Amino acid sequence: MPDMQQDSIGFAGPDSLGHFGPYGGTFVGETLIAAVEELSRVYEEVSKDPEFWAEYDHDLKYYVGRPSPLYLAERLTAAAGGAKIYLKREDLNHTGAHKVNNTIGQALLAKRMGKTRIIAETGAGQHGVASATVAARLGLECFVYMGAEDIQRQAPNVYRMKLLGATVVSVDSGSRTLKDAMNEALRDWATNVDSTYYIIGTVAGPHPYPQIVRDFQCIIGRETREQSLAQLGQLPDALVACVGGGSNAIGMFHPFLNDSSVAMYGVEAGGDGVETGRHAAPLSAGVPGVLHGNRTYLMTDSGGQIMETHSVSAGLDYPGVGPEHAWLKDLKRVNYVNATDSEAMKAFHQLTRLEGIIPALESAHAVAYAMRLAATMAPEQSVVINLSGRGDKDIQTVAKLEGLTL
Amino acid sequence: MSRISEVSAEAAQQGRKLLIPYVVAGDPDLPTTLKLMHKLVADGADMIELGVPFSDPSSDGPVIQRGVERAIAGGTNLAKVLDLVAEFRLQNSSTPIVLMGYLNPVEIMGYEAFATRASDVGVDGVLIVDMPPSEASGLCDLLKERRIDTIFLVAPTTTDTRCAQIVANCSGYLYYVSLKGVTGAALLDTESVRLSIEKLRKMTDLPIVIGFGIKDAASARTMGALSEGVIIGSALVERIEKLSPGDTSSAQQLAHVTEVIKTAREALDSL
Ligand SMILES: Cc1ncc(COP(=O)(O)O)c(C=O)c1O
Repeated sequence: MPDMQQDSIGFAGPDSLGHFGPYGGTFVGETLIAAVEELSRVYEEVSKDPEFWAEYDHDLKYYVGRPSPLYLAERLTAAAGGAKIYLKREDLNHTGAHKVNNTIGQALLAKRMGKTRIIAETGAGQHGVASATVAARLGLECFVYMGAEDIQRQAPNVYRMKLLGATVVSVDSGSRTLKDAMNEALRDWATNVDSTYYIIGTVAGPHPYPQIVRDFQCIIGRETREQSLAQLGQLPDALVACVGGGSNAIGMFHPFLNDSSVAMYGVEAGGDGVETGRHAAPLSAGVPGVLHGNRTYLMTDSGGQIMETHSVSAGLDYPGVGPEHAWLKDLKRVNYVNATDSEAMKAFHQLTRLEGIIPALESAHAVAYAMRLAATMAPEQSVVINLSGRGDKDIQTVAKLEGLTL
Repeated sequence: MSRISEVSAEAAQQGRKLLIPYVVAGDPDLPTTLKLMHKLVADGADMIELGVPFSDPSSDGPVIQRGVERAIAGGTNLAKVLDLVAEFRLQNSSTPIVLMGYLNPVEIMGYEAFATRASDVGVDGVLIVDMPPSEASGLCDLLKERRIDTIFLVAPTTTDTRCAQIVANCSGYLYYVSLKGVTGAALLDTESVRLSIEKLRKMTDLPIVIGFGIKDAASARTMGALSEGVIIGSALVERIEKLSPGDTSSAQQLAHVTEVIKTAREALDSL
C-alpha cells in the first residue's frame, strides 16, 4: 500500500488537483485531460485495493528481486573518513535501476485499464529498458521515445530495448535529450489516447503521475526504514539521493519525511559547475515555471524558454524536477545540493575500486556528495546513499571521457 | 463588447464565416510576420492567431514545431511578440489578435505584467494550450479586468461535464479541436465533428470555430459548414517555411503564402 505518512499534516500532498503547495497541477492540452482524469480515477480506486498491492508486492519480490539490500560500505566509509556510509542497492534490481519499481506498478495499471500499447520517454535508457521489460512480460506493444543525443551516449540500453521488442523512436527536435523525448511522448499520447498507456519514468508530468510514481518508488524508503531499524538499531542520520526528475530521491525520502532527526540531501547534476550555467540543477539555480504538465522549478531564460541542460549523466539531464521536490525545497525539509561532472566521475571510480560496485553515473552524483557529507559527520553517525542504478550502461561514456574506445 | 465579439457578431449578421489564420510570430523573422499579418487581413482573415514561440511545444506537430524553432533561433520571445502587436496596431485597429502559446513564458513574465502589456498593445484574446480552466483563474481574472478574452479548447475527448466547465470560463470564441492529436495532423471525421458541435451549441452562444487539420479550401468549406468558422495553421506555416529569414521576402512570395487563406475565404464565402 502507498505510504500512509501522507495523511499526517506537514507533508501531505498532493491535493485532489495534484497540487503540492503552489507546485504540481495538470497543465496539459485539452486532448489529454480526459486521459489523465481517467488515470486519476483508476489509481484512486486501485490504491485502496489490497489485491492490487499484493500483486505489485509479488512482482517486486519474484520478478525484480526485492527487497534490495542495505549494505555497509566499509572501505568507502574509511575513504570518506566520518559517518558510516550505507548503500541502498537499487542497482541490484532486475534491469539495473530503481526505475523498474515504477514500471511494474504502472504496467499493472495499464492492464487494469485494458490498454494495449505502452509508450515511454527515456534519458539514460534505464526507464526505457524497464518499460520495454514490463511490456515484453505482458505482451504489450511498446514505443520508447529517446533524444538523438541520448541514443548516442546510451547505445547499450538502446540495443537492450530493441532486444526486448520495443521500438526506439529517435527524437531530433529541440535539444535532442530527455525533455524533447517527453514532448514527443505527449504528442504520441494525444494522438493514440484510446489505446495507449503512457508510463512516465519520473515524478514529473501532469497529476496524477508525480503521485503515482512516488507511491511506487516509496518501496525504497520503506525497506530502508525497516532495514535501518534492524541493522543499525535506529534510523539513519542522513539520506542522500541523486535528483533528475526526482523519483529515486522521493521514493527514498518520502517514508522519512516526518522523522525530523533524518536529514535529507537531494543531489542535482552540477555539470561543469552551477556557476558556469552548464548544469542540470533547477532546484539549485532555477525559478518556478510550467513544463510538462506541472508547475515546478525550471531552468528557463528570462523570456520563458526552457534552457539546454548539461550533465555527464543522461538520466539527470533534465531542466525540470518533480513538483513535490519543489515544495520540499520551499518547506526546507530537504536540502538540495549538487555534484559536478568531475566529482561524479571521481566517485564513480572510487566506489568501483573500493567496493567492487560500478554505479550508474546518476548515482555517482549521490556518492560524491555523500562522501563530502560523511566527512563532516561523526563515526557513530550514518548516511544512506540511494544507489539508484548500476553503471554497466555508462562504461562507454566513461571510457570515452578517458580517451578510450571499447 | 470585446473586439472579438464585435467582429463575430458582425460576421454572423452578414452570414459570413470567420477565417482565422495562425502564424508563429517571428517565423522566419518579426518584420516578415508583420507584413504577413497585414497581407492575411487583406486576403480575408477576420482575426489572427499569433503563435508565441515556446521551446517545448508539446501540443504541436512537426510543421509548427519547426516554425517555433525558427522563431526562437531569431530571438523571438513573448516580450517581442507583444511589441509586434503594438506595431501591427499602428496600422490596424480593427482586426482582433489572439495570442496562442504555452504557459511558461507568461509565468516567467508574470501574470500581471503580461496582462497589462497585452492590454496596452491591443491584444484581444489569449489561448494558452497547456492551461486548463481549473488552473486558469489567476490569469483569467486579470485578463477579464482588462477586457481581454480567454479562449479555451474543446477536444473530441472532452467529457460533457468538462465542456460545461470550459464554456463557463471561455469568452470570445470556443476553439473546437477537430481531431485526437497534435496540430497539423490530417484525419478529419466530419460526422463526429458535426455531432460534437451540435452538442456544444446547446451549451453556449459563443461562436464555435474549428481548428487542427484544416489545410485547404475543401477542408475549410467542410468544417466551415458545421461551425462559425475555421482556423488554418500548419498549412500556412508549411508555406512560411520556404521563406528565408532577414526580411528578404518579395511581395510575390508573401502572396504565395497567403494564397491558402485567399482560397479558403472564397470557399467559405460560397457556403
Ligand atoms: C540509475 C538512475 N538513477 C537516477 C536517475 C534519475 O531519475 P530520477 O531522478 O527520477 O530518479 C536515472 C534516470 O534515468 C537513472 O537511470
